[in-house]
Amino acid sequence: MSERGGRLVVVGNGMVGQRFVEALRARDRDGRWRVTVLAEERRPAYDRVRLSAVFDGVDADELSLHTPDDGVDLRLGEPATGIDRARRVVTTATGEIRYDALVLATGSAPFVPPVEGTDLPGVFVYRTLDDLTAIREHARGRHTGAVIGGGLLGLEAANALRLLGLATAVVEFAPRLMPVQVDEAGGAMLRRYVAELGVTTYLGVATTALRAGPDGAVAALALADGRTVDAELVVVAAGIRPRDELARAAGLPLGPRGGVLVDATCRSADERIWAVGECAAVDGTCHGLVAPGYATAEVVADRLLGGAATFPGADTATKLKLLGVDVASFGDAHGVTAGSLDVTYTDPATRSYAKLVLSDDARTLLGGVLVGDASAYPALRASVGGPLPAPPLALLAPAGGPGAGAGALPAGAQVCSCNAVTRADLDAAIAGGATDVPALKECTRAGTSCGSCVPMLKQLLDAAGVRQSTALCEHFDLGRQELFDLIRVRGIRTFSRLVAEHGRGNGCDICKPVVASILASLGAGHVLDGEAASLQDTNDHFLANLQRDGSYSVVPRIPGGEITPEKLIAIGEVARDFRLYTKITGGQRIDLFGARVDQLPQIWRRLVDAGFESGHAYGKALRTVKSCVGDTWCRYGVQDAVGLAIALELRYRGLRAPHKLKSAVSGCARECAEARGKDFGVIATETGWNLYVGGNGGFRPRHADLFATDLSTEALITMIDRFLIYYIRTADRLQRTAAWIEAMDGGLDHLRSVLVDDSLGLCADLDAAMARHVAGYSDEWRDVLEDPVRLRRFTSFVNAPDVPDPSITFAVERGQPVPARGAPPGPDRRRQPVALGLPEVRR
Amino acid sequence: MSRATTPAWTPVCPLDRLDEDRGVAALVDGVQVALFRTADGLFAVDNLDPVGDAYVMSRGLVGSRGEVRTLASPLHKQVYDLTTGRCLDVAGVTLRRHRVRCRDGLVEVRLRQEE
Repeated sequence: MSERGGRLVVVGNGMVGQRFVEALRARDRDGRWRVTVLAEERRPAYDRVRLSAVFDGVDADELSLHTPDDGVDLRLGEPATGIDRARRVVTTATGEIRYDALVLATGSAPFVPPVEGTDLPGVFVYRTLDDLTAIREHARGRHTGAVIGGGLLGLEAANALRLLGLATAVVEFAPRLMPVQVDEAGGAMLRRYVAELGVTTYLGVATTALRAGPDGAVAALALADGRTVDAELVVVAAGIRPRDELARAAGLPLGPRGGVLVDATCRSADERIWAVGECAAVDGTCHGLVAPGYATAEVVADRLLGGAATFPGADTATKLKLLGVDVASFGDAHGVTAGSLDVTYTDPATRSYAKLVLSDDARTLLGGVLVGDASAYPALRASVGGPLPAPPLALLAPAGGPGAGAGALPAGAQVCSCNAVTRADLDAAIAGGATDVPALKECTRAGTSCGSCVPMLKQLLDAAGVRQSTALCEHFDLGRQELFDLIRVRGIRTFSRLVAEHGRGNGCDICKPVVASILASLGAGHVLDGEAASLQDTNDHFLANLQRDGSYSVVPRIPGGEITPEKLIAIGEVARDFRLYTKITGGQRIDLFGARVDQLPQIWRRLVDAGFESGHAYGKALRTVKSCVGDTWCRYGVQDAVGLAIALELRYRGLRAPHKLKSAVSGCARECAEARGKDFGVIATETGWNLYVGGNGGFRPRHADLFATDLSTEALITMIDRFLIYYIRTADRLQRTAAWIEAMDGGLDHLRSVLVDDSLGLCADLDAAMARHVAGYSDEWRDVLEDPVRLRRFTSFVNAPDVPDPSITFAVERGQPVPARGAPPGPDRRRQPVALGLPEVRR
Repeated sequence: MSRATTPAWTPVCPLDRLDEDRGVAALVDGVQVALFRTADGLFAVDNLDPVGDAYVMSRGLVGSRGEVRTLASPLHKQVYDLTTGRCLDVAGVTLRRHRVRCRDGLVEVRLRQEE
């Protein structure tokens, strides 16, 4: 029997193959199996479900599902070429590998109908990252595209072509789009949406030939009804076929429609060979979705370690966003069950269509279709086979209506179908101490794949009586956003009034800086005036950055990183005269270290006289807007990146926010300014500016998302204005823009609806708030220099202002001063200078 | 160092030189002292942050934790009880306290002897 362990060979490293290996390795604590994975592609497993995200600017690396594992011999670019069952070996181009157990995870191949011309240049399938790269390359300089196939994948490909700037057509043989998932009425609603996006649909018609143009590449499709469709790029998305050629050649029985025939334990006719994912015909049926694929992976991992798992049946429910439209179908969507009843709901106003399929006594939910508004999907899908969680109309009314929450689900209902997590599993996790969504994700894996069940996780926490405290600290029961609104609406200008009327105690190092920041955002005067002075955190306290020895660093603003030689010399002279350690920062500025408190005003005086101002390196505020040189000098630049970066930095300078704000402008898609690592980044296109939001470096690096394309400079600035003020008003304390967008209900789409479509009616107010900021800006350093009361705080000792702080002393390293005191964080570590090429000094 | 005599009261500055809830540093007999004026009166502690080993406590934020008057280090935010000097976040760490009073509008400090 193969369950004892030994050599395990896995053929295929797609999503399911990878999930299988992970599941096995996680449970194989004694190391029973030595695993070899044969991968056809040169890149390790990635998330094919999110393939199209690369056209939204997501980096291919972000799709990776690969986790390095020393116990797995992963051979990339080495596909299996044959199986010798008698000798128990798999052959590859480089040799043979013996197996005690063999798992086939070869997936599917796109089905290309036998139509003349599908071999022309410019005709693609849509399955791998390489396919997408080739499509992107071919689309350059071309204007028309077509997709053969109007199913899930076809519509996804159509959207990709649209994003590449092609006039796009979809040809579907069935009389409606997404024929497998939605019914006729749902398809009609879908077609209306698709038409609005400028995608033309040809339904109920076959493609008879692909015709070449003068350059030999594809130029048009010929349809059975005699019409022609111009298409200089064609994607064939007409379905998939299981890749069963290895099994076929090895004489293994196949399913009636192909696929490796396996039983409910996913074992083939050969007791040592198993199949998982799309290449497996489980009891004769192939499932072309990732959720049942994952289920087969779990079954085989369990069986190979002596377990008794069986395939639980496929959940074919899908919910996706196609061309910006939510579409979901679940259970018996087409009502094929005998005697089933339909309840349908069409709302032209919200342009949503929904259908529920009920059993003949109208008591049991069998399935359904949702188009336009799929917010009820998680609860409905989890209720399939059970009683309705609420009256049908309440479920179908927009926004799911009341009572559609997860709280009404039975214990056995599957809340997360991607990872097969039931309500009972989640309730157990909550009882075991999980008090928030991240904790639930951590211990059950629910919500970690497609994320559509995350709202239900929140509802289950609520249903269990777990309240997420938004209280800022012990002094205020409100969160930052509520405090902001309270201070704004009631016109509160001081911390003491706020804490007296709406809080308790004397405040602390959490709430004081938050309130200081809110007051500054609302234009309550200089941050060191009156009571505000006692609220400022470490750096804002002296408008400089505290270093570990108690000295400060000073960063003058250099907008966009552009600086004249005279100004550069002035900085050098200041650094030389005050003997400051000098370093170029990552944000295209110059950082001057080692200033004592009493020296700060003198340094600022010199800098202000030379035409500089505060760079706000000390504040939770806009830092810098980096730039490349743009079309001023660069051979590739298509817009004036430097000019825009300077304009943006000067517009938003001094803007205080829940956390620091970083930005950049790149003059072309080569992205030399790294704009996609910023809270808001701008990349020039031939026709305008693309705006990206929500990126950050730091603790959890994250690429920014594309928010809007080809904006004029004026429209771009309006968008950024609104984005920043909305962030300042609604984000949590110390929440960077990336986390703010991730935590938002509806995410980026919600943000677009608020900032572009003005769905909350806030835009005029946001615009006015930014106008007030721009009009009210003044340099914080100059304001201190001009006010004796503010100035007198910058002394070493209240009773000995002429005595410099004797504790600040310097050593010399590489010709510059460095601190001689101040403990590094953590356990007592002696600082070791780095001296490469020398023997290590042992102490 | 240790002294046989009790240190004297040293006048430091006028009371109105201190802003409420915002500290200053003073130099008393060569020792750096952090002074605070709060609604509960005056406090004086060492300016040396015992964890971060830099003279910065005068720049920390004053507040409260429950009924306790607190001071947070600006370096790494450990919170101290201003009345006892005890660190509330790191066991066994203490901030040395000094005597402080206001006489005829003048703030005076008397160093606490080394234990």
